[in-house]
Amino acid sequence: MSYSVTDPSPRQKWTAGTLVVAYALITLLPLLWIIATGFKSPSDAIAYPPKVIFEPTLEGYVNLFTTRTRMSPDALSALGEPATWYDRIVRQYDMVISGPSRYGERFLNSVIIGFGSTFLSVFLGTLAAYAFSRFKVPLKDDLMFFILSTRMMPPIAVAIPIFLMFRQLGLSDTHLGMILLYTGVNLSLSVWLLKGFIDEIPVEYEEAALIDGYTRFQAFTKVVLPQAATGIASTAIFCLIFSWNEYAFAVLLTSGTAQTAPPFIPTIIGVGKDWPAVAAGATLFLVPVMVFTILLRKHLLRGITFGAVRK
Amino acid sequence: MTDETTSRVHTTAPVRLARQIRGLSDRAVAWIFIAPTIFLLLAINIFPLIWTIRLSLTNYRANRTSADLEWVGLRNYQRILNDPDIWNSMQATAHFLLWTLVLQVLIGFTLAYLINKKFRGNDMWTTIIVLPMMLSPAVVGNFWTFLYQPQIGLFNYVVGFLTGADPSSFSMIGDVALAPWSIVIVDTWMWTPFVMLICLAGLRSIPDSIYEAAECDRASKWRQFWTITIPMALPFLMLAVLFRGIENFKMFDLVVQLTGGGPGSITELTSINLKREAFEKWRTGYASAYAVILFVTVFGLASIYVKALNKVKER
Amino acid sequence: MKTSHYLLATAVSAMAGLGATSAMAEDLTLCWAAWDPANALVQLSKAYEEQSGNTMNFEFVPWPNFADRMLNELNSGGQLCDLMIGDSQWIGGAAENGHYLKMNDFFDANDIKMSDFIDATVTGYSEWPKNTPNYWALPAFGDVVGWTYRKDWFDRPDIQAEYKTKYGHDLGVPDTFDELKNIAEFFQGRDIDGTTVYGASIYTERGSEGITMGAMDVLYSYGFLYENPDKPYDMEGFVNSPGAVAGLEYYKALYDCCTPPGSSNGYMSEGIDAFKSGQVALQMNFAFTWPGFESDANVGGGKTGYFVNPKGPDGKQFAQLGGQGISVVSYSKKQDAALDYIKWFAQPEVQAKWWSMGGYSCLKAVTLDPSFPESQPYAQTFLDSMAVVKDFWAEPSYATLLQDTQRRFHDYVVAGNGTAQQALDGLVNDWTETFEDDGKL
Repeated sequence: MSYSVTDPSPRQKWTAGTLVVAYALITLLPLLWIIATGFKSPSDAIAYPPKVIFEPTLEGYVNLFTTRTRMSPDALSALGEPATWYDRIVRQYDMVISGPSRYGERFLNSVIIGFGSTFLSVFLGTLAAYAFSRFKVPLKDDLMFFILSTRMMPPIAVAIPIFLMFRQLGLSDTHLGMILLYTGVNLSLSVWLLKGFIDEIPVEYEEAALIDGYTRFQAFTKVVLPQAATGIASTAIFCLIFSWNEYAFAVLLTSGTAQTAPPFIPTIIGVGKDWPAVAAGATLFLVPVMVFTILLRKHLLRGITFGAVRK
Repeated sequence: MTDETTSRVHTTAPVRLARQIRGLSDRAVAWIFIAPTIFLLLAINIFPLIWTIRLSLTNYRANRTSADLEWVGLRNYQRILNDPDIWNSMQATAHFLLWTLVLQVLIGFTLAYLINKKFRGNDMWTTIIVLPMMLSPAVVGNFWTFLYQPQIGLFNYVVGFLTGADPSSFSMIGDVALAPWSIVIVDTWMWTPFVMLICLAGLRSIPDSIYEAAECDRASKWRQFWTITIPMALPFLMLAVLFRGIENFKMFDLVVQLTGGGPGSITELTSINLKREAFEKWRTGYASAYAVILFVTVFGLASIYVKALNKVKER
Repeated sequence: MKTSHYLLATAVSAMAGLGATSAMAEDLTLCWAAWDPANALVQLSKAYEEQSGNTMNFEFVPWPNFADRMLNELNSGGQLCDLMIGDSQWIGGAAENGHYLKMNDFFDANDIKMSDFIDATVTGYSEWPKNTPNYWALPAFGDVVGWTYRKDWFDRPDIQAEYKTKYGHDLGVPDTFDELKNIAEFFQGRDIDGTTVYGASIYTERGSEGITMGAMDVLYSYGFLYENPDKPYDMEGFVNSPGAVAGLEYYKALYDCCTPPGSSNGYMSEGIDAFKSGQVALQMNFAFTWPGFESDANVGGGKTGYFVNPKGPDGKQFAQLGGQGISVVSYSKKQDAALDYIKWFAQPEVQAKWWSMGGYSCLKAVTLDPSFPESQPYAQTFLDSMAVVKDFWAEPSYATLLQDTQRRFHDYVVAGNGTAQQALDGLVNDWTETFEDDGKL
């Protein structure tokens, strides 16, 4: 035998591989179904039996980005020929496009709030993590545990006083309010993760820099930050994904101006279930996260366990 | 630059002196670095918590600011603990917690065990399996209601195809007996990879040498699994259960989109129940007391659990 | 003559508008539910934009989320909406908590008379406290629960014959709820042109107000009363009267026997889908859905009939009121412009156009016009239904009262827990507790 006693036999490998691949395919099915439904026509989407092969159409995406009004046949014929391909799609249903939908705005809100809070929480988190990693801070363990414990509160419970606080401060349904709130929530993650990353950078580098005449602050910016760049980047992505996916606070504290996509997408459905539009909205919203997940795969474990498991 | 600095590590100079002369003291830097974080956490977490406790002693209603605020002492707590509806919610949450944890641990560990057989391409398939847990639970949960539709839903169709049942004969979300399972299924689909990843790290942390030694002692594979694999992976498994436990105790978005707590209040988990009290009925004081009770529960359970976890780790 | 009248009115109101807003072009946001009438309002409002120079923005939220989102917005003192077409039951809370602007002075100054609007809509959408001349909204959209049926199926001789042999009377618009159930049972699982169809689509939604609207629609005619007519908030024996229990049992029986599979959480849009796709013979839904059926390719063109909520066992006949008034949000910084919009909207010409576009005008000048009943196939049914309306509590605590009702009804009707008597007894307890908390008991 050429392999060691602990190495699985080829047959074992084959069996294990088959089972895992089978599970992966099943688990992938709902996601593929979302993407496929986005390209179906409304009648194909609710066909029985469910259609695997269908003629792809962009109706779902047109419906996602527009609002439409039904017109009488006379009024329609008075309008003349539809000017664009999307007009033509809408016209099949005796409708005309009356304007853009809110999806673009909501998506943009997600981007603004996501990036804003990510930047803030990583910025503040890096500072705090550095201090916790390098200095003797009184009650360090308690403080670190306190930071983590904020994550245990059910969001709805936190939302009650936040709602009142925002109302008092005029932060209800504002980008600023949501950025601050998500920063507060993400800080625990970013401090814990970044402390782990910074702990791994040998202290000797900074000490050398200090001896060299760097101030503490210079040592931090010129020595530690470059070393921690990968850690900071992956922490940032985790913070971004959290803000991106967050629903409970968003649904309770925003109503329009600052509403993000997760509370909005389920409401696309409107009158008469328009599943392709919902699926199209979901696809555009989910695909960026899928891409990030693939990019992040090496740090995934660390991120989801707040740095408790580092491989 | 790093090379340059490392090369000077050995030149021992009075480090402390240099620090004091140039720029701020370490202590000052430390506080400047930590203060904003602590401040924000105080503002977003601790201050609200104190406010919640205060509110929980009143009859305050956030939709009636003009009404007189009345201190009611512990009456809200008393009413909550005597409210059968809230106990039903607790029960629904317990059912949800128990079954999601059992299923996720079983499937997650099995998957990790299989992936650890290091077949070709295991990295790629791991990444694929992980995808669902990174996605927005609200958006995905909403779409699952479509998959669960009788007749036209993919889930019903597949189940019908495999079992021969009529896909329009059962409604996962609408049926009292099936609804609790409908949320368990989606949560398990989403979060099994989480348990899997942690278990995988646990399995990979076991050094080959231990198995080799066991092999020399002629211990059977079955025995090796129960005396080496399981005990060594247990702390990781317990950590996974801790994380999933806390997350699912807080569960809101996925279930609210899937069943909204229905039918009746069969799947009304505590967070959904709390949301109704706080933001639909606007009984702010009452809901605050409810929130405090939930927080104490999750904090208490987690602390006990962490103690147990540490004991296992020490062994 | 009509045109000149219209022109005159436009000119007058344009000048009045000039005075009120000093010609400042404003960006107004109107909040309403996302549904067909809202799209019609967008079209209707284009004339206002041209005439006033103000820009109209719209924030429409689907019904299941509407109350939740908008009450949250009002309670947080938000400035998203300048104009709110809020649901009828919000009026008590919105008035007492100062979310809406009081309209009396504005109505007086602009000669808008509430007596010009259908009485039930004024009471339902504008007044708080009820039956006092304190107005917080202008009736904007009249709505009521009624029924649609597949006329083309009812008219088939083979179906008629089979029905008659089975039930001993002719198949037609049901006069009583018992007859309605017979019809629903008759169609349940029937094969029509190769597809299986079902009896009736009814409201069962859990999250917002669906099942309450549906069940109450039946319960009223069975003798359910919210309170003792002589003693406010006295509910024992009225909410849980034997008649009310029978009504709730009927609703459950109808749900169990005659609804399509997967109807455990359906409201207006699910009803529309079920009816338009040809899945059901009967459909309970608000009148707003009716114009959409007339123009639909599947069920339009005379295939759909409409009827008023049937009678209960004692011959009583009531229907659940829907519909909304339009109000000015007190947190808005553009209240003058918002009032200007309402003034424009209240004009008879605009109201007439509103009706022609599928908006149920509440103005008597429109609905009492001799040509009104003939103007649409559903017009007479709408008028008859509006004559027998009742509405849910409009108390400031309406949301609490509603959520308790949702829970009790869904628990009994859909989840099948307990009995109708237990559900209604429980409801009396819940409501009593809420009114005690409010200091009303």
